[in-house]
Formats: sequence, structure tokens, C-alpha cells
Amino acid sequence: MSTTTPPLVDYDEAISRFDPVIGIEVHVELGTATKMFDGASTEFGAEPNTQVTPVSLGLPGALPALNGKAVESAIKIGLALNCEIAELCRFARKNYFYPDVPKNFQTSQYDEPIAFDGWIDIELDDGEVVRVEIERAHMEEDAGKNTHVGGATGRIHGAEYSLVDYNRAGIPLVEIVTRPITGVGDRAPEVARAYVQTLRDIFRALDVSEARMERGNVRADVNVSLRATPEAPLGTRTETKNVNSFRSVERAVRHEISRQAGVLDAGRTVTQETRHWHEDTGVTTAGRVKSDAEDYRYFPEPDLVPVAPSREWVEEIRATLPEMPVARRRRLQTEWGYADAEMRDVVNAGAIELIEATVAAGAAPAAARKWWMGELARTAKTEGVELADLPVTPEQIGQLQQLVDAGRVNDKLARQVLAGVLAGEGSPEEVVTARGLEVVSDDGALLAAVDEALAAQPDVVEKIRGGNQGPVGAIIGAVMKATRGQADAGRVREIVLERVQQG
Amino acid sequence: MSTISREEVARLAGLARIDLTESELTRLAGELDVIVDSVAKVSEIATEDVAATSHPLPLTNVFRADVPEEPLPVADALAGAPSAEGGRFAVPQILEED
Repeated sequence: MSTTTPPLVDYDEAISRFDPVIGIEVHVELGTATKMFDGASTEFGAEPNTQVTPVSLGLPGALPALNGKAVESAIKIGLALNCEIAELCRFARKNYFYPDVPKNFQTSQYDEPIAFDGWIDIELDDGEVVRVEIERAHMEEDAGKNTHVGGATGRIHGAEYSLVDYNRAGIPLVEIVTRPITGVGDRAPEVARAYVQTLRDIFRALDVSEARMERGNVRADVNVSLRATPEAPLGTRTETKNVNSFRSVERAVRHEISRQAGVLDAGRTVTQETRHWHEDTGVTTAGRVKSDAEDYRYFPEPDLVPVAPSREWVEEIRATLPEMPVARRRRLQTEWGYADAEMRDVVNAGAIELIEATVAAGAAPAAARKWWMGELARTAKTEGVELADLPVTPEQIGQLQQLVDAGRVNDKLARQVLAGVLAGEGSPEEVVTARGLEVVSDDGALLAAVDEALAAQPDVVEKIRGGNQGPVGAIIGAVMKATRGQADAGRVREIVLERVQQG
Repeated sequence: MSTISREEVARLAGLARIDLTESELTRLAGELDVIVDSVAKVSEIATEDVAATSHPLPLTNVFRADVPEEPLPVADALAGAPSAEGGRFAVPQILEED
């Protein structure tokens, strides 16, 4: 191993001379109430080692019992990814020694994954669709959590000892492995991110996982290799482990392309190894040299019987699958009549569900978008929160828009009503009543205000009578001012003209 | 027919973290050879239409309902630990290789 690190090559430069190939492994923690092979709870955030049983701890004589709901979730994921579902498959022991694996093996699947040979279409930011082929999706269990004490916090090297919490050990996982993704060129980092995002959306749509990245419910390992031309055989790949945010997935792929290009330019070869991603510095560093699969000494798990999903069961599950997120987005865009850019902004703002619910509450799609992407987006930005966390419901926005549509409040008043709702003053209707914000279209009140305004500007009346409509605006302005913006402007105009004619 | 070399036994022992002496390596290579040869006889009668067996009982789809059960009390969970701290198992420094 050389001691000097070749310099990174500028990304565009690297892409101009090398063809990147990526592959992604995604682990998703299933949202079952209990673990894969025992009845310990999977709830997040419990005190250490309070959610363990003899099975989670790998105590002698403890026997696994398979969670049927986890199998069903795995089949759902397989079907959503257009995979074949195995007619018969087994679990296997993957043997390795690490303190977070209390049995000294991970119960996984090896040559018989429950789902295989699938694909998923992902949509990039500019609408380009890329098909990613899925090699397999298999069931396994999560490991415990190590905390390293001594040395640099959380880092392995220099640690004096480690503390292990097995609450996470045995939580059901599904691991989804892509085939090599080729032909995406400079968009490889973006494809990697969009793929993981698409999977996250699918897990949520299927309701098989909370899929919260920040809790590690979804974790990605990204494989990257370079070759001189798209015709050349695949180059040596590295696997960057545990990249746990969308942005990091994109950055890690980009960094590996620049780094490997530097290695190859220096006349060296890329080492096949796992690498660690460093969120703070945006670089990867060498981990262990990749083990051959046979080093894990896989063999069929003798304590579990095979899983043989009947075709009837698989079809039953298929029939319950919800609409997939990309298809749903396309359908809603058509229904709502949004332009591509508008829809993209809505998606990026995480406002699809909010707008859908607002439309369901009676607002026109355009109005719903105007509220969530306008006034509310600005408020969320100022407050530093997500749209969905604002103290207002889509139903309330629907009610507010109905007040606008009925002419009971104008745009300006509506914003004041919204401010009241956000301040916790109640429903739009309650805020209108409490703050007295309703548009005044009552003729009696308006007549008085108009007469007052006309009396204050007698010359204006003459002008209007002479056929000059221009000064009508000045009168309307005066009336609006007198009624603190609550006058129905259209009605005021009518009254002014009537008065002048009568005058 | 010799299939297991002494070097292979040494490699497997390393993976399994079993410390074997030189004489044990030689002896086990011979014994494992006999075992592997014996097991290999199975393939003489296992034809294409005989499915591989991984469990003695002819069962499939044995599932547990997704219903939480009582966990071990923490004190019991940690009872066998040589060392513990803050409800966690304390283990020696992780090996440099990973």
C-alpha cells in the first residue's frame, strides 16, 4: 500500500475520461411491532438492553421464531419493485465475529432471496426517467449498536473498549441490491440519490417502515467503479458503507468518482475494499479489504423451516399494493393541471399530501398550491420548520379558501385570517368572527362610507360625471381605508357609479 | 480423494478464531477429509428431482404473530456479562481489522 494519497480529480474532468458504474444496497428496517425472530419490541429510543430476549442475545438454547408480518412486508417490497417472489426460500447463517452480532452469525438469506429480478423507474429532478434493475431483496436482521469509549468519540480506532446495546439486534431488515447501474455518466451521483429517495417513498407508501433516514431506518451502501469506456469490462469497485442521507449518497458517489480517477491517473489500481463515509468532511477513507463471500461460511439455518409463499398469498398481497409514488405524482399533476416546474417544487417542498388534502377539503388545486407554496412556504422558512409542521391543517386551508371563493374575505383579509389560525386562534371561521375580518358587502354600511368619501372630494364627482372613470379608484381606495380593507371592492364600485348618476 | 488441505483448515480456523497447533491442523485435515468424503456420498443418490433438505421436518411457513412479549429484565440480560456499564455490555476494544 502506498502511503501517499493521489490528489482528487475535478469531477467534470473525471467524468470526461471515465465511465462510472454504480450499485446500491439499501437496508430498510421494517416497522413491525416485534423483531424478526423473537417477540422483543422494536420501539425506537428505549433504554439500552430493555428490548431483548434470549433470542436477541443469542443465549444458548434460544430458538428463533419467524415473524409472519415481516415476511409479508418483504413480499410487499418485492412486488413493489416488480420482483419475482420465490416459491421456496430459506434463511442462512452469515458467520462473522463482531460484538454487535451476539450469535456470532447474522441470520440472513444467501442463495435463495425471497424476491429477485425486479426493476424500478426513478425520476430525476428534470423529469428524466432511469430504470434501475433490482438483483434481489432478501430478509435479514439488524445488529446491535456499539458505542466506542476512549479515543476519538464514536470512532473505532483508538477506542479502549466498546459498549453494546442489543435493542436493535434482531429488528427485521430487508436488503435490496441493484444490478450494476451503467450508462448514466455524469448523472451517477444524482441517480444514486434519486434511487434511494424513490425507495424511501415506496417504503412509506407501502407502510412497511417509517423510513426515517435520521433514525437509520434506511441505510445505503454505495458501490462505485470506473472504467475507461462504456465498452470496457467493469473496473474494481469500492463499497462505501452506511451513507445515511439523500444528500450524502449523492456526495459520496461524487467523491468516489473523483478519488478513484486520481488513483487511476497516478497509475495505480483501485483496491477492492469497504470505505467509511465522513459526513463532516465529505470524503471516504479506507476500511477493511473486502472479504470473499465464502469467508462468511454461509450455510442454511437449521433452526428455521423454509418460507414457501403460496401463489394465492402473493396475489392477495399484490392486490393490496397502493399506487406507487411516481405513478401517483404523475396522476396528481395531470389532475391538478400543474406545470412540470410547479409540480417539481411541490414535490421538493414535501407538499403533495398537504395539497391533496387541501383539495379534498374543497380548495381548487391552483388555490391550494398558492397557499402552500406561497404564504405558508414563506412562514415555514421564517420559522425554520417543515411545511407539515406548521400549526395549520390542510382542512383549515380548504375552509379559508372557501371563504375567499364565497367572497366573504378578500386576499388581504384571508392572509390576516391565516395569521390568526397560525397563532392558534382557532378555525378560519372563528378567526373571522373574533377579529371581525369579514368583507363588508352590506349596502347600508358601504353607502355611508361612499357618501363620506364623495363628500370629501366633490371635484371627483364632477370628473366622473364628465365621463372620466379614472377617479373611481380613488374613491374605492378611500372607502377601503375607512373600512380597514374589509369592503367588497366590486360592490363599492357599483355604489359609487350609482351615487354619481343619482347625484 | 483428498479435498481438504492443511492450509484450508488453517484458514478456516483463523476465520472461526480457533487456535490450532501444528499437529491438530494435520490431524483435522485428515479427519475432515473423511467427513467430507462421507457426506459427498449423498450426492450419488440425490438426483435432480430430489429437493435439497435443510430441516428434518417437512414443514414450511411456520410464522409467529407480530405481538410483543415480555423482554428480559435488564439485570437478567446483563447477568452473564463479564463487564457492563450504563445498562450496556462492555466488550474489549474492537479489532483493528475493521
